[in-house]
Amino acid sequence: MSQLPKSDELAKVDFTPPDEHWMDTKVDFEKRRGSWSYPGAKKNLEYVGFPNPRQWSPLDEDWKLPDNWQQIIHDGLMDRPERYRSLKVFMDICVRCGACADKCHFYIGSGDPKNMPVLRAELLRSVYKKDFTTAGRILGRLAGARSMDLDVLKEWFYYFFQCTECRRCSVFCPYGIDTAEITMLARELLNLVGLNINWVMEPVANCQRTGNHLGLMPHTFKDNIEFIVDEIEETTGVKVSPTFNRKGAEILFVTPSGDVFADPACFTLAGYLLLFHYLDLDYTWSAYASDGGNFGLFTSHEMMKRLNFKMYHEAERLGVKWILGGECGHMWRVVHQYMGTHNGPANFLEEPVSPITGTKFENTIDTKMVHICEFTADLLKNGKLKFDKSRNDKYRVTFHDSCNPARAMGILEEPRYIINQVCNNFFEMPEGTIREQTFCCGGGAGLGNDENIEMRMRGGLPRGNAVKYVQDKFDVNLLACMCAIDKATLPPVCDYWAPGVGVAGVHELVANALIQDGENERKTDLRGEPLLGFEDEEEGGE
Amino acid sequence: MHDAKYIVPGLVAFLVLITLPLWYNAAMGRSAVGPTLQYPEGESQCVLPKDEMKGEHMQILDDWRDEAVRDGERYYVHPDGTTREKSLTNTCLGCHGDRAQFCIKCHDYAGVKPYCWDCHIEPERD
Amino acid sequence: MNVLFSLLAVGVLIALGYLGGQVAGLRFVFGVVIPYAAILVFIAGLVYKVIYWAKSPVPFRIPTTCGQETTLPWIKSSTLDNPHTTLGVLGRMALEVLFFRSLFRNTRMEIKEGPRVVYGENVYLWAAGLAFHWSFLIIFIRHFRFFTEPVPGFILAMQYVDGFMQIGVPVLYLTDLFLVAGLTFLFIRRLWSPQLRYISQAADYFPLLLILGVALTGIWMRHFTKTDIVGVKELAMGIVTFSPMVPESVGSVFFMHLILVCSLFAYFPFSKLMHMAGVFLSPTRNLANDNRMVRHVNPWNPEVEVHTYAQWEEEFKDKLEAAEIPLDKD
Repeated sequence: MSQLPKSDELAKVDFTPPDEHWMDTKVDFEKRRGSWSYPGAKKNLEYVGFPNPRQWSPLDEDWKLPDNWQQIIHDGLMDRPERYRSLKVFMDICVRCGACADKCHFYIGSGDPKNMPVLRAELLRSVYKKDFTTAGRILGRLAGARSMDLDVLKEWFYYFFQCTECRRCSVFCPYGIDTAEITMLARELLNLVGLNINWVMEPVANCQRTGNHLGLMPHTFKDNIEFIVDEIEETTGVKVSPTFNRKGAEILFVTPSGDVFADPACFTLAGYLLLFHYLDLDYTWSAYASDGGNFGLFTSHEMMKRLNFKMYHEAERLGVKWILGGECGHMWRVVHQYMGTHNGPANFLEEPVSPITGTKFENTIDTKMVHICEFTADLLKNGKLKFDKSRNDKYRVTFHDSCNPARAMGILEEPRYIINQVCNNFFEMPEGTIREQTFCCGGGAGLGNDENIEMRMRGGLPRGNAVKYVQDKFDVNLLACMCAIDKATLPPVCDYWAPGVGVAGVHELVANALIQDGENERKTDLRGEPLLGFEDEEEGGE
Repeated sequence: MHDAKYIVPGLVAFLVLITLPLWYNAAMGRSAVGPTLQYPEGESQCVLPKDEMKGEHMQILDDWRDEAVRDGERYYVHPDGTTREKSLTNTCLGCHGDRAQFCIKCHDYAGVKPYCWDCHIEPERD
Repeated sequence: MNVLFSLLAVGVLIALGYLGGQVAGLRFVFGVVIPYAAILVFIAGLVYKVIYWAKSPVPFRIPTTCGQETTLPWIKSSTLDNPHTTLGVLGRMALEVLFFRSLFRNTRMEIKEGPRVVYGENVYLWAAGLAFHWSFLIIFIRHFRFFTEPVPGFILAMQYVDGFMQIGVPVLYLTDLFLVAGLTFLFIRRLWSPQLRYISQAADYFPLLLILGVALTGIWMRHFTKTDIVGVKELAMGIVTFSPMVPESVGSVFFMHLILVCSLFAYFPFSKLMHMAGVFLSPTRNLANDNRMVRHVNPWNPEVEVHTYAQWEEEFKDKLEAAEIPLDKD
């Protein structure tokens, strides 16, 4: 992080485009350290059978591409429009009205014109035109067309791994052109010649093998959760007892593996455990389908399907009735928009019904997978939870809508309802930065790695700045969210742009407030930090 | 072809709409040729040559109305030295008495509805 | 460069039109042959392109959801911005096509001192776009007075409303004003903003200038250098009744207007102007967000290599046993 400029320096964004035509500017990877990610390691590509595994670096002159890489890209580009109408239509109808330009967090934070969604798409469109349109072939640059060459490919690698597939631009596009779709397909093409990043490939290979992105083997997965179980007992006096790979459970619970491992996501996991314990829910964890997240989404549709396969496969094996999914962003993009198509129909499952309230989740009758916030909102609405709101009084909370649940699903009210039920102090960030217009954390789609830190902070500017606004105005000190990537990437964003604001999952707040039978007199929250009014006892309480 | 059940009707609707004039005219059975006008007998010269009148008559009428009604300049001096009253009823309709045989023919054909008759009435013919 | 090229192209077309009107031997070519060809290219090209799109499946249901989804009955869902029924999708598409719903959301981002990132309202692009598109549509329909005999009442009514202000004779149509104003705004905006200039191509300036040329020659012909309107209608009627003729009274301005219109028609199917048809086929807008209710089928759903539970158990058997996680094979 040493070379990262101070935040007030970074915020001086120059939006003046360069003098040269955009087809003439090249990416200097050396100069742009901090804004790209390390390439996928050989072993990871080999494990999942991806093309051209090798050691290489974007800094190298020679990227060790296959000799016929141009042909491979051309063929890949010929094949995809036949399978995706979206690609044909999006390539053909953009009018370059520019409405998308200042909607991208990376453009706002960097001023680099190639981060305007329109120009990001044009990187691909220019080649598409050259290869597949008569005007492009004849008129070339005049028609916005250009030949594929090494510099173009390098530019693709740089900019298509500088898009978090957040879909914010797509909300504003008069034709609904979705840069996420374009980036996904461009990344598929890049993968054909072995261009990808390790922060995506390592989780993909891990997940394929162990079942989760972190590569936690079954015993470690269980150990980690049991560690959290112990922590819970220490804080609350309540002994929760999760089960693993248990056949005959009513519900299979799947959440991103970040919740099992990383701070502060692990407190969300503690929240789930406490909630399920409170409800005496008949559910099981799976050490095989041990990640709801799916970094396959950031490589290819096929890889996405491979990783997603485990969820239904395991649900069928265990004989559960339905699946409950934890707080996650891109996991819900996959579950909501792809899973049924890829790996459905899940006829071996039953239409989900809450065993506590009897509510039938009508909106999930095909995929049979319910979002934890839908589940909990229903509990709260039916008065099934006893809680003490004041336990969250030390928090002045705002809520960050994660890109995918907001724009690929539309789960906006449930988390707000839950937060308002369990917290006394809730404040919205300004309009234009929440709900369907929410801003990315800057580190989604596999970009949340350390080497990419400058770009993450740039991309985090709009979000961080909106947090700063409510921090200044309402003394907000906690940013709630329901995404494991957010829980990893927003803390640095807040430290950088709005220091003093912490990050927590929605279910951490739920469990803080939840009154359990036989619990200790609660003086601390799940993090072991004193509740409001108990600050003085901190020393003695430990 | 995928989603033909939506796309084909969409295309058909487009084709029908864009070719509507073809069907409409076929059904109406009118020829492409425009109207022939009945020119007044005995008069050889309007206030301006025929081609100019074609393009400018509406402007002339508009000017005449303003000049006659608002400024009281009721007479127009023709380039040949003769004088005419600036009057739709007396001067114009004096020669082109049968509106149906003159004004309306072209106006209907071109789909232009003049607002002359909002105020003026057609004089009784002899 | 892109602007100059586009300007030049439109200029050349106008010159050609002038020539077509002046040279006796060319009048039939420019008045009949080229219009027939242009209409044919337009219709066939558009249909071809839509079928080309339709040949590819929509493998996944990927609507961009712009409001609350339908979930629990007591949570109000956003039926138009996040529809889950066909009716809702029709509503969403109608808003999109008729009123440019998405563009209406447009904002303008600015980084102020502080830093403070602010998002101001920005309806100009939407307003100009809407004014331009609606005016163009109305003008297009109004022109059917040249292609129908007798002229249907609704077209007369449309003209009447459009010319309601009764400014000048022939009356000034408001849509003519809005069209030119909208186009001028869109054109100047493209040149004015450095970012927009940076992304603009010849294919962006050319249609704007072309349509502006169509509008200006049309207005010129209506209000300044008059042409014989009866002759114009005879020419137009000749085309749609397949009895082509080019009356001598039709002047050169008309031929300039006509060649620009023909160019627009012929250019249309091969250009970004196909957004007219494409907007209907955008999978982020025309699909219902009923993903967890109704399965969407991918016709080429790929066979993929998966890591089954059995393989996984085999690999981690010892660890599973040590951790007392139940095995299948017991």
